Amino acid sequence: MTRRVSVVENILSANDRLAADNRARLDEARVFAINLMASPGAGKTSLITRTVEALRDRLRIGVVDGDLASTLDADRVAALGIPAVQVNTGGNCHLDAVMLQSALPQLPLEELDLLIVENVGNLVCPASFKLGVHKDVLIASVPEGDDKPYKYPPMYRGVDALVLNKIDVLGAFDFDVDYFRRGVEVLNPGLAFFPLSCKTGEGLSAWLDWVEGQVRSFKEQG
Amino acid sequence: MHELPVTQSLLEIALRHAEAAGAKRIVQLNLVIGQFSSIVDDSVQFYWDIISRGTIAEGARLHFERTPGQLRCVACGEVFSIDGKDYVCPMCESTQVVVVSGDDFRLESIEVE
Repeated sequence: MTRRVSVVENILSANDRLAADNRARLDEARVFAINLMASPGAGKTSLITRTVEALRDRLRIGVVDGDLASTLDADRVAALGIPAVQVNTGGNCHLDAVMLQSALPQLPLEELDLLIVENVGNLVCPASFKLGVHKDVLIASVPEGDDKPYKYPPMYRGVDALVLNKIDVLGAFDFDVDYFRRGVEVLNPGLAFFPLSCKTGEGLSAWLDWVEGQVRSFKEQG
Repeated sequence: MHELPVTQSLLEIALRHAEAAGAKRIVQLNLVIGQFSSIVDDSVQFYWDIISRGTIAEGARLHFERTPGQLRCVACGEVFSIDGKDYVCPMCESTQVVVVSGDDFRLESIEVE
């Protein structure tokens, strides 16, 4: 005799539970964490470099770098002289809560104000796997095209802030900023939006103010 | 390409609930997957057939219920499905639209013996 048992559980509930553990660990150490997601080449490492250079005198920053196999990105970050850990996903297409959990003990968390997690370059998979950070940030870039909010809605649905990088080349691409933003607004109303160029520095100050403001208000919560 | 961890998580959840219900065998899993969640049914089934071997879930069917990504027009109230090109109301062409469904990603129930 077959009977039905009600479950109603998120399919990635195991990952969600580990993410909650990560959050608890970060809160305990009083370190504010952000997860940077983007397609390959959008400028994740460049934004990290810019952010560290600009804020390192005011905030103690560490980085977790997720990469498929190489140490290229971690090397760029380590060159900044801040605590950095590479998580090699061994070909996996995203970071998950387990990978972040294994990286956290390798960092001096109690001596940090801000932890930046660089996810694997991918617009699909990272959206499904919560890490337990405080804010999820998506970096889009002009050469990718203005249709990405329509083609990859899950990624745009779940983030807390959106950076549009490489605005210095807007003139060379058919990128309709209004069309792009309209799609974003439908999927994620009121999303914080930072158009900028890591190359020229244009627009960076608004992003830096946002990051620093987030860290300060987190710290003030006690 | 994250169907393997998805399938492993499914198995863990199904076995846990089956055990709690005192079941001897799991016959079917009923999944609800929204259009804003990205998994490939055939790929999950492929992994499922391998990793469920030797458990009480071996041979269980995976039933996927797909819920469409739907939008509602704030101006005229029309509810419509996303087409991947634009988010504009097909009735009044307003761009003031909000998401009403498509985020589901859950194991709704299991059928057991």
